[in-house]
Amino acid sequence: MRSFNNVMIRYLAGRAIAFIPILLGVSILIFSAIRLVPGNAIVAMLGTEAGMLTETQRQSLEAYFGLDKPPIEQYFIWLSGVVRGDLGLSARFGQPVLQVILSRFPVTLQLALMAMAIALTIGIPIGVLSAVKHNSFIDLVGRLLALLGLAMPGFLLGTLIIYVLSVYFRILPNSGDFVTFADNPSRNLSQMIFPAITLGFSFSASVMRTTRSAMLEVLGQDYLRTARSKGLTEQVVIRRHALRNALIPIVTIVGVEMGYLLGGTVIIEEIFALPGIGRLVFNAISQRDYALVQGIALFVAFNFVVINLIADLIYAAIDPRISYAKET
Amino acid sequence: MLKKPESAAPNLLRRLLRNRSGSVGLLLVTFYMLVGLMGALALTPYPTLEQHPRERLKPPTAQYALGTDLFGRDVASRLMEGAANSLRVALFSVAIATALGMLFGTVSGYVGGLLENIVMRVMDVFFALPALLLALVIVSVLGPGVNTTVLAIAIVYTPIFARVARAPVLSVKEMEFVTAARCLGMSDAAIVVRHILPNTLAPLIVQVSLALSWSLLTEAGLSFLGLGAQPPTPSWGVMLSESRGIAEIAPWLMVFPGLAIMLGVLGFNLLGDGLRDVLDPRLKSSKH
Repeated sequence: MRSFNNVMIRYLAGRAIAFIPILLGVSILIFSAIRLVPGNAIVAMLGTEAGMLTETQRQSLEAYFGLDKPPIEQYFIWLSGVVRGDLGLSARFGQPVLQVILSRFPVTLQLALMAMAIALTIGIPIGVLSAVKHNSFIDLVGRLLALLGLAMPGFLLGTLIIYVLSVYFRILPNSGDFVTFADNPSRNLSQMIFPAITLGFSFSASVMRTTRSAMLEVLGQDYLRTARSKGLTEQVVIRRHALRNALIPIVTIVGVEMGYLLGGTVIIEEIFALPGIGRLVFNAISQRDYALVQGIALFVAFNFVVINLIADLIYAAIDPRISYAKET
Repeated sequence: MLKKPESAAPNLLRRLLRNRSGSVGLLLVTFYMLVGLMGALALTPYPTLEQHPRERLKPPTAQYALGTDLFGRDVASRLMEGAANSLRVALFSVAIATALGMLFGTVSGYVGGLLENIVMRVMDVFFALPALLLALVIVSVLGPGVNTTVLAIAIVYTPIFARVARAPVLSVKEMEFVTAARCLGMSDAAIVVRHILPNTLAPLIVQVSLALSWSLLTEAGLSFLGLGAQPPTPSWGVMLSESRGIAEIAPWLMVFPGLAIMLGVLGFNLLGDGLRDVLDPRLKSSKH
């Protein structure tokens, strides 16, 4: 018998190889899209000051950022750097792209994790209750909440939250500089909690809907009747037998959403002035910081495929029937 | 004598009206379309760009049903034209995405092989990027504005339609009536159009309604960020964004565009749920 580890490693390696075309595709897509931008990158970067450059200065700047070569050559130079872990130099920050991204990523990661925690804390219990007490008052409230969360975009909820806080509580969230959790935990949390609630609420709607329909599906199964008839309490039946089987679609949706959250939530970070990946990419796009936009897109796509992989592994952990070992 | 077969359309409408989500959704969507139509035909209480300097930031009154903004422009009129603008973006972008998605999905599903592989891998690339990020890149490439918003949303949602269109093709193309058609000497193109496409319609119609709601959201989001419709053109996202900072003294500037976005999105979403229940009983929505 082959060891579990061996099988798992082979599966992971296979999946990792399958990611490469996706990541290459993303890089080609973004690279060619960005090269279509009208206007010169140096001009976009320096704004009106670009007019004061001499021709030689401009040329040396272009050479410095590698913008003097034909686009296809630029792409391959960039790609060979990526393979070595070098995503290029951000024109705006004058720093390596990867360093800029990694300096902003903790903010986005923290926001995503907090939002996810909020979404699951609200979404799963309401979804379960909604399904167990099908067509009851709780079910109705849950479904209305889910509809509200679905129809209320983050920028609307965020704007509303800021309005309520500033008018009724006289708090201006995120006035002043952002502080990291390590520097000042309580101040950091007070800056992160409202954007996290905003994102978490929208997302809790889809968690709730998914939980509810998965639970309804499971609750009709024979094995639940068996579990009940062998005298298990209702709580054990729901928690151990029903919810566990309903978890697969929930993991799927959490995986997809987490991938998107880690891509930076442009609008929420913009509204709440959080220095995360979303604002970084928004600014990088408007400032035509080519290397940075490319780097972020690749980073986001990379997160997305890795999270998909993690979701697959969690499936196997939840459901022993799912095995990634190839039949021999 | 044979009875004339009942037309499908009135039947569908009747069943949709009997469905709770479907009827509420249809009501909201109809209301939204009517308001948008009035906005498009300039049947608004005031011209949308007309400024009334003496009546700036007026709360809702009989004269200005939903109040006035910072320039004394009538909020209700601007919302109506905003409805027309966002509806226009949503309809065009979803129409393009549906057409392209159906083309890619059905052809790749029917032909199979290498072509299918390539098309689906390209779609995977699009799926690996968040919709808004992709839309942002596209809009920044083409420059902000209504037309680029349409194109950006269309590109972002094409892969979803391709997937939805492909799935039924895969099962239908193995069916006996397709083999029979081929034996009768029908060309591939005729088989796709006459036999395959009609069988992909039900899930596509559901998807169109849902995509319209996402498209409304994306348009509002892009214009909120200043990348969609450009001021002074009225757009719900722009109006909401402009209310930031002055909502403390003029909350109606935030409340009404917000409500408009919510009801529009909700309408198309509910209609989509209702259509799914009616058209495709196998794909039950969350309501059992």
